[in-house]
Amino acid sequence: MSSGGDPIVSVRGVGKRYLLGASLSTRMLREQISDGFQRLLGGNSREREKREEFWALKDISFDVAPGEVLGIIGRNGAGKSTLLKVLSEITEPSLGEIHIRGHIASLLEVGTGFHPELTGRENIYLNGAILGMSRSEITKNLDEIIAFSGVERFIDTPVKRYSSGMYVRLAFSVAAHLEPEILVIDEVLAVGDFEFQKRCLGKIGQVARSGRTILFVSHNMTVMNELCERCLLLDQGKLVASGPTGPIIDRYLDTVSGNDDTELAPPPDKDAWITQVSLHHEKPDSSRTFRMGETLVVEIGYKTRKRVEQLGFGIILEDSIQNVRVFASLSSIEGLKLENVNGEGRVRLRFPELCLIPGRYRISANLNAKHFQYDRRVGIRVLDVVGEDELGTGFMLNRQHNGVVWLPHEWDLE
Amino acid sequence: MPSPAPKDKMRVIKPKNGLIGVNFQELWRFRELFFFLSWRDILIRYKQTALGVLWVVIQPVVNVAVFTIIFGRLANLDSQGAPYPLITLAAIIPWQMFSVAVGASSLSLVASSNLVTKTYFPRLIIPLSSTFGTVVDALIGMALLLITVGTYWGAGKVGLVSVPDMIGLHWQVLLLPVFFLIGLAAAIAVGLWLSALNVKYRDIKYVVPFLLRVVMLLSPVGYISSVVPDKYRLLYSLNPLVGVMDGFRWCVLGDRFEPHWTGFAISLAMLFLFLLSGAIYFRSTERRFADII
Repeated sequence: MSSGGDPIVSVRGVGKRYLLGASLSTRMLREQISDGFQRLLGGNSREREKREEFWALKDISFDVAPGEVLGIIGRNGAGKSTLLKVLSEITEPSLGEIHIRGHIASLLEVGTGFHPELTGRENIYLNGAILGMSRSEITKNLDEIIAFSGVERFIDTPVKRYSSGMYVRLAFSVAAHLEPEILVIDEVLAVGDFEFQKRCLGKIGQVARSGRTILFVSHNMTVMNELCERCLLLDQGKLVASGPTGPIIDRYLDTVSGNDDTELAPPPDKDAWITQVSLHHEKPDSSRTFRMGETLVVEIGYKTRKRVEQLGFGIILEDSIQNVRVFASLSSIEGLKLENVNGEGRVRLRFPELCLIPGRYRISANLNAKHFQYDRRVGIRVLDVVGEDELGTGFMLNRQHNGVVWLPHEWDLE
Repeated sequence: MPSPAPKDKMRVIKPKNGLIGVNFQELWRFRELFFFLSWRDILIRYKQTALGVLWVVIQPVVNVAVFTIIFGRLANLDSQGAPYPLITLAAIIPWQMFSVAVGASSLSLVASSNLVTKTYFPRLIIPLSSTFGTVVDALIGMALLLITVGTYWGAGKVGLVSVPDMIGLHWQVLLLPVFFLIGLAAAIAVGLWLSALNVKYRDIKYVVPFLLRVVMLLSPVGYISSVVPDKYRLLYSLNPLVGVMDGFRWCVLGDRFEPHWTGFAISLAMLFLFLLSGAIYFRSTERRFADII
C-alpha cells in the first residue's frame, strides 16, 4: 500500500455469478426432491440445463480516492446495479475482493422500509435507522428533514394518505441528511417533480463538495456531467473504460447508438420488422453531423414475412442527455399508412428545417399496425446537431440556455 | 493533507465459504435498527383493528373455554386437583407467545424482501425483531395469567367458590421470566430456521400453520404432561415447549406441578441445539438471500 493518496474504496478482480434457470427463482421443495431422486438414478440432464451460469460482473477493478465523485454508466443490464449491491454488501461477490475504509451508506431506492400505516414522523425514524443513522442523529436533523420535504402539515398523518409526490419528497429528505464518508447512490433522482429533482441535485452537489466520496449511477448524462469528475463505463458486466466524464459519456452514447448501417436482424416471431434506420442530408453527403436549419431525412427500411395491412411508421426524437422527448410522430396519426404490404421497402420522414439546438439527440423508430406494434428500435441512431454562429452575432446557441428547440420566430422591437 | 475521517477498520468484502457463526459485535452495532423494527411491528400490529390489543385477551379466553370443555369435561383428563381453566391458561399463554412469534418471524424475511435487496444490515435482525415485536403481547398474556390466578384466590377467600390450597402465591412465580425467556428462545430458534428456509422454499408459508398445529398437539397445552406415560416421557421432552409449559404451571400452581427435571434438561438441550443450528444455517445461507428472495 502506498502512503498519502490511499484509495478509500479499492475493488480488485470482482466478479458476480448468478445461476440461471429455476435455481435463480424460487424453487419449490418438490422440484429439489425430484432432482435429488434423478441424481440418485444417475440422470443429470435436467441438472445441467439448470446450472447455466451468468456473470453479471466480470473481473472489475478500480480505485476511488477520498472525496472523489465517481459516476458509473452503462446500458441497462450492464452490471451497474449489481456493482453497487456488491459494494453495499447486499449481495456477495463470487470472486475478488473489495477494501473499504470508512462508513458506507447506500441509497439504492428512496423510502426503503417506509410503512404505509406509520406517520411521516415515524417513518423518518424508521427509514433513517435503515439507512444507518442513529436515533440521536435523526432527532438532531428532524426539523431540517421535515422542512426540506415540505410536508410539515402532514407529518403526523399516516403516509398511506400521502400523494406519491409527498411520499417521495419525504423519503428523499431523510436520505439527503445521511452523513456517511462514502455514499452509494443508484438512480434515485428519476423520481419526483422537476422542482424537487433540482433541489435533490443541489443537495447531492453540496454533499460532494463537502468532501465525501460518492459513487453514483444515473442515466441522466447532464447530472453525470455536473457531478462527476470521473466515470466508469460498464458493458456486459465488464469495465470497458474509465476516465474523465466527458469522453466516457461520448463513448457510452456511441455504444448505445451503434451508428452503423448494417441490416438489423429480424425478430423471430414478428411478421414485419425494421431492417434499417439511417439519417441523410438533402443531397448525398458523407458527413454524419447536421447543422441547424439544414434538412434531415430519416429513412426507415422494413421487411414483412407475409401480407400486412395498414402499416404505419413512427419516429421519436429525444435529447440524449436529459432523456427529454423532443418530438414524436406516428404516420398513422397523420392519416398515412401503407395499405397493403408484402416484401420490403423504405419510407422517409423529412424535416425541411432542423430547428434543434446543437447537441446530441437520440432517434427511435417503430413499426405498427392498427392496435399493434410490430417492431420497435429504441435509441437506434444518434443525431449530432452542430452549431457555429447561426445567429450571426457570435452567440453560440446551447441547450443550457436556449432549450432544445429553436422555434421559427421574429423579434419586433418597434 | 486531510486524512480520511474516522480510522474505521478497513472492511474487506470477499466471498465467504462454509459455515458462518454469528457476528455479535456487528449485531450490537445495529441494535437501534433492531429496536426500530420491533417498535414498528408493535405500532402496526393493531392499527385499524376495532378491538385492538383486546385480541391478546380474547384469544386465550376462547381457547381456555374450548380446552376446558373438551379435555377437562368431555375427556375428563387428570388435572391434579387444579381448576382446569387455570391449567390450560398457564400453557396457552406461552403457547400463544410461541405461535404468534413463529408465525411472524418465519415469514419476516420474505415480507421484508425490499429491505433485503436494497439495504445492508445483519439479516438476523429481521426475524429477531419480528419475534421481539410480539413480546408486548406476551407480557399482556402473562399479566392476564397472574390476574386470573389472583381472581381465583380472591374468589376463594370470600367464599364465592371453593378453590384448592394450591391457588395462591408461590415463590416459583419469580422464575416466570426465566421460563418466558426459554419460550422466547424456542420461538427464535424455530423462526431462524423457517425464515431462512422460506427465502428459498416458499413452501414454508404452507408448512407453518400445519407445523404449529402438530406441535401444539405434541405440547402439554390442553392437558398436563404427567398424563403422558412414563416410558414416553423422555421422548416427549424432546419438544422444548414441554419444559416451558411445565415451568409456567409450576410457577403459578406450585409444587404439585414440579417439572420432570430430567425431561426439562432434555428440553433445554434440544432448544440449544435448535438455536445453534438455526443461527448457523441462517448465517450460512444469508449471503444468497438478496439473490434468490
